[in-house]
Amino acid sequence: MLLGRFPALAGATLLVHAGESVLLEGANGAGKSTLLRLCAGLLRPESGTAVVLGTDLFKNRRTVRPRVGYVGHASMLYDDLTVAENLRFWARAAGVSESQEHAAGERMEIDRRLYDVPVKSLSAGQRRRTALAVAAARRPELWLLDEPHAGLDQGGRDIVDSLISDAAAAGGAVLVASHELDRVEPVVDRFVTVTGGLTVERPRPTERAARSATSEHGHAR
Amino acid sequence: MANTKTSAVTNTMPSLPGPRADSIGTGSRTTRILGVVLILGIGLWLFLAFGPSGPDIRIDGTSGQEIGQFDAFRLIYVHVPAAITAYLAFFVTAVGSAMVLIKRSVWWDLVAGASAEIGALSAALTLITGSIWGRPIWNTWWEWGDVRLLTMLVLFMLSIGYLAIRRLEGTAEERARRSAIVGLLLVVNVVIVNRSVEWWASQTIHQNSTIAEAAIDGLKAFTLFFSIVLGVGLYVWMMIHRFRLAWLERQFDRFGLDDALATRRAEATTVLDGRDPHGRDRVEGERP
Amino acid sequence: MLAEVLLIAGKDLRIEKRSKIALNQVAPFAILIVILFGFALNADRPALTTFTPGLYWVTILLASVLAVHRSVAVEAGEGAREGLLLTGIRPSSIFLGKAAALIAQILLVAVVLLGAVIIFYDARIDNGVLLVTSLIAAVLGVGAAGTLYGALLGAQRARETVLPILLLPVLAPVLIAATRAFGDAMGTVATDGWAWTSLLFSFAALYIALGIASHGVLMEEN
Repeated sequence: MLLGRFPALAGATLLVHAGESVLLEGANGAGKSTLLRLCAGLLRPESGTAVVLGTDLFKNRRTVRPRVGYVGHASMLYDDLTVAENLRFWARAAGVSESQEHAAGERMEIDRRLYDVPVKSLSAGQRRRTALAVAAARRPELWLLDEPHAGLDQGGRDIVDSLISDAAAAGGAVLVASHELDRVEPVVDRFVTVTGGLTVERPRPTERAARSATSEHGHAR
Repeated sequence: MANTKTSAVTNTMPSLPGPRADSIGTGSRTTRILGVVLILGIGLWLFLAFGPSGPDIRIDGTSGQEIGQFDAFRLIYVHVPAAITAYLAFFVTAVGSAMVLIKRSVWWDLVAGASAEIGALSAALTLITGSIWGRPIWNTWWEWGDVRLLTMLVLFMLSIGYLAIRRLEGTAEERARRSAIVGLLLVVNVVIVNRSVEWWASQTIHQNSTIAEAAIDGLKAFTLFFSIVLGVGLYVWMMIHRFRLAWLERQFDRFGLDDALATRRAEATTVLDGRDPHGRDRVEGERP
Repeated sequence: MLAEVLLIAGKDLRIEKRSKIALNQVAPFAILIVILFGFALNADRPALTTFTPGLYWVTILLASVLAVHRSVAVEAGEGAREGLLLTGIRPSSIFLGKAAALIAQILLVAVVLLGAVIIFYDARIDNGVLLVTSLIAAVLGVGAAGTLYGALLGAQRARETVLPILLLPVLAPVLIAATRAFGDAMGTVATDGWAWTSLLFSFAALYIALGIASHGVLMEEN
């Protein structure tokens, strides 16, 4: 993957099965975000093979996008709209039912009183919760979380952790990029170091029973 | 390194003769021969245009006075070929743009871009000569009634926008697709502008017919024809050079990419050496 | 399809309702230009009345460039453009929705500005039906072309400088035709305003079609 003349990814190999959660760690600029955006179908891979949820990213990125829950650095919210309006708009845009939308809001424990506040007045953590709720409402098959803990308080971090483990338990796959290793280590199954545009599998600090499912898988190279 | 670059150019440019293998440049035997022919042609053209083709002088039927465009007429030998070259160039840009969208071809993107640059130059030349010619003939630098000149002006503006789009940030492919859309719209817009300006001018301003009334005798006609051939020849010559330059720039980027990839991977191994002894064995996915 | 278009358009109009950029910034800017023209032309009433159609439409085009910027900025700011891609909404629906909202906002500015030229330039309206029809036709074209070229530039940093040089030459036919049609409707020029209005509708139809056709390619890139 090229960002200008800088190869953000230079031969990364990653195979993720359904029901697995994978932590991507690595220094700033290692290529974690690029890998996640690539898997979300937002970037066009330059060469190699890239299959996400059974779809070849070279052939069709459009059908992959609605099936992933991508939460990146930008909130992807409309600043001038309120929390409720944002949730409503994004739910309707993605064809999500009202009950699912409400459930996601509850899940992220967004304060009821904030629903009528424009997103631009929210704190970074509250924005992050709203962005996560937008993604959660879609019940994605593949979660792509780019530093989901950033800016969140203790309660928010706990929610993110349970989101990750629940998603994997429900048969979805999770890719989470984070610097907060202590926090994420207990909830993920695998550890991958991204460095210099490559991926390196790291042994788990504690062995756990490997879950596997092969019906769906994401493979990004 | 130098040889690899040039050979890559020849390999992938089957339809155009490549530069000699021992030098990096945009010249080749064909372009040099074409260049010499064009220089000779320019010599002949200058001679014909300033000499034997003669000024446009006619005798008015009723008053018996000398009328016509006199020496200003000679500007036609620049104006008309420049205009034809401009339209040809933008036509090539549109074809190239369509091919980019159909075939996702980088080759055509470079063709479209090179052609648009030459087209913008030709359009500017057309406007400048048209304006200079208009001063003695219409007694004004700019005649709002001339549809062709107005269309060319808008075309020139549109081409400036197209060239600006080509220089925006993004990967080569993004820029290619973005410019391809603008390149295709260029043609659509020129047609709309031409139709609407014609309609507008016919309803508002008395339209001067320009060339039709001048007496074009045999030698004038030949000089005009020759100048058009020369203009197209110059276009081809400039196209080959400009395209090859763009191609070399792109090749350079690709070679830079290999270096960049190697550097990027080296970053990985140094980091891993210090931290994770198992890591290096697991590095996969080495691909050029 | 229609639901998607209405959703996108409704969202943009709701944002406008909240931020009031078109009403509180673009419209005053347009009125300001009209007043500046008045100073520039020495407040010569007959001249101002004669040139009202031209001055009006030049002003609308300049104000529209601002409105297009705003329309693009809404998506570019917090990465909502990518968010829209991730929902799987058809790019053609996004185009139509954005265009519809932009057209509504430019119409709002156009109506305000019409009041301004009636007050400041003594503009008379001889043929109201022609005036309104040609106004709508012209704004449809401006909105469609503006949305198309705005999407082309997306989150580019150079957008503010490139958009005018890209968009204004494209809109030259709209300026010509709308000025003539208004000339007829305001009784300042003897011409067939309805013929010009049909040209405006053709331009709008063409650009709506082009926008639908090309938006997929435009949205895919980022």
